[in-house]
Amino acid sequence: MPGANISVWMITGIAVIVLGFAALVVLSVRRSGGIKRSFFASPYTLWMILFTLVPVVLITYYALTDASGAFTLDNFKNFWDSNYSVNKLYAEMGPEYAVLITRGSVNIGILVYSLWMALICTLICLALGYPAAYFMADKNMKYGAILVVLFIIPMWMNFLLRTIAWMSILEDSGLINTVLKWLGLPKAQLMYNNTAVLLGMVYNFLPFMVFPIYTSLTKMDSRLLEAAQDLGANPTRTFWTVTVPLSIPGVVSGITMVFMPSVTTFFIPRILGGGNTMMFGDLIENRFLFQGNWNLGSALSLVMMALILVSLGILRRADPEGEGSGIV
Amino acid sequence: MADKVRLIDLRNISKEFDGTYVLQNINLYIRENEFVTLLGPSGCGKTTTLRIIGGFEHPSEGVVLFEGKDITHLPPYKRKVNTIFQKYALFPHLNVQDNIAFGQRIAKVPEAEIKKRVAKMLDLVDLEGYGKRRVEQLSGGQQQRVAIARALINEPQVLLLDEPLGALDLKLRKEMQLELKRMQQTLGITFLYVTHDQEEALTMSDTVVVMNRGNILQIGTPKDVYDEPVNAFVADFIGESNIYPGTMLEDKLVRFAGFNFPCVDKGFGSNQPVDVVIRPEDINIVKEEDGQIAGVVESVLFKGVHYEMIIEVGELEFKIHSTVMQEPGSRVGLTIIPFNIHIMQPMAREAGEDEQDESLEGDDL
Repeated sequence: MPGANISVWMITGIAVIVLGFAALVVLSVRRSGGIKRSFFASPYTLWMILFTLVPVVLITYYALTDASGAFTLDNFKNFWDSNYSVNKLYAEMGPEYAVLITRGSVNIGILVYSLWMALICTLICLALGYPAAYFMADKNMKYGAILVVLFIIPMWMNFLLRTIAWMSILEDSGLINTVLKWLGLPKAQLMYNNTAVLLGMVYNFLPFMVFPIYTSLTKMDSRLLEAAQDLGANPTRTFWTVTVPLSIPGVVSGITMVFMPSVTTFFIPRILGGGNTMMFGDLIENRFLFQGNWNLGSALSLVMMALILVSLGILRRADPEGEGSGIV
Repeated sequence: MADKVRLIDLRNISKEFDGTYVLQNINLYIRENEFVTLLGPSGCGKTTTLRIIGGFEHPSEGVVLFEGKDITHLPPYKRKVNTIFQKYALFPHLNVQDNIAFGQRIAKVPEAEIKKRVAKMLDLVDLEGYGKRRVEQLSGGQQQRVAIARALINEPQVLLLDEPLGALDLKLRKEMQLELKRMQQTLGITFLYVTHDQEEALTMSDTVVVMNRGNILQIGTPKDVYDEPVNAFVADFIGESNIYPGTMLEDKLVRFAGFNFPCVDKGFGSNQPVDVVIRPEDINIVKEEDGQIAGVVESVLFKGVHYEMIIEVGELEFKIHSTVMQEPGSRVGLTIIPFNIHIMQPMAREAGEDEQDESLEGDDL
């Protein structure tokens, strides 16, 4: 694998970009006798081709081939039935082995678990994030601005670092257990379970829920709230009939921005779940890096991508003006 | 005049924002079925006054009475007034009929009844068939009508209108002025209207309240404030005026522009400095030898119905509106009949309004 050759790859990549750019300049100048405005978009076109289109094509290629490069759908069959290769062997070995054929549900199980965790995480983020965003956006709240800063500061830190920091809080000799011990209370097992993973996910993704909602709330015309009150709605009624409906675009994009990375989470389960739990992101990483099975890994990635596209489609329907999806 | 009930009574209202007073000791009452307009330049406190009545601001000092009851600290949703906001503030997530029905749904009126009333309102504001439209699909004038319907459906006792026609073009504005006036008369609702457009104020109102810098300068009928402005500010703000510093020589004789003019005012004492205000349409142009004063036509502008001419008399310029055009550069004479010369206490420029309002406590209608 590239490994040591990474710098070579990078130099090649940059060279391709520069040369491509130069070629585009020459072409467009020749054609129109001057530089057209659309020409300035060409670096982005190149960027998209190199880093979005090419990887997708490669992943699709890997997903549809086996190790020798021949076309096959086995990778997807493998996804559906994690025992597929063994079962194939049994089938070849003869009818007496047919009883041993059982469908392996590891991949599907992990996918369902990931979706479930992502759903719970998104719901918790929404429940915590909406009130936070509401207070932050409330001009009468003294500490709104401070709250905004408090939400932003952790985002300056690296995601891995933040997750590891939770370890030092939750682990057996961590902050919480030290305090418990000091108070003479029994030790609590806080790490290596679903709750810890969920905590890590909620902590990491909460800002992505808060900020879109915050933006949609601050964008809202305060006279609409006055109008509702003027028409007889008390503050609670105003909240439910005006504030909530008008913040739906923010909520939709918040859900998108939390749910997507939640489903594809990796690393958090490994650190805080201690390997007891595995999410789909971990599974893909595992297939690529530890098993070296790029073909299966690619197939799983494609499945993931398809799922994300479907959910994006659903969310887009809920937010037809596309206000939220602009952020994604 | 006391035959009608005082519906809203503002008593000694002051409002300060961060140490600056935007309203200073306002006293004003509004009677039932009256069309009252708060008129003044931006920043004069007219909108703040309206918002205090609507319940969106609370006065720093003073009380607001509604039918004799103190509502100073009542929240907006408990007040029997409805507001039409400057930019309409229609709910973008609701269609036209749901916007109009908003207040009725809050009041838990049965749906069948709401449907009937919404239809009636759509009819009233000439928007039949628009019920299902989204509000952003409507033009400014149509949005305006929806805002009116949304307020009127609740049958408020008072309708507060905050520069509601400001965003419309001239022709539409004129139409809406007449329409609002017609609605006010047919529905018998009290209107409190805020505008900086003096023409709008004069056209629609029963009573005009002229405000500046947080003070009420004058309260009166449109004719009163136009014909008898209390000071040069009001004169200048309401319609166009020629304002000159002058000297009251004795009763019924004033000197300005280097000449003595007979007038009808008295009681200023002798040799007192005064402001002399003359409306552009009140100056007559005659032959040079027949005028009280003579000057040169400096410029002529065609304004549609009349010509606006600037006549230079010595150092001073007279703005004159007339339907007869004079050749620029020609010499003409000017006459002003005594009745049309308005004498006022000189306004101490900038800080002068404070001394005025002692004589002007809002109640002296």
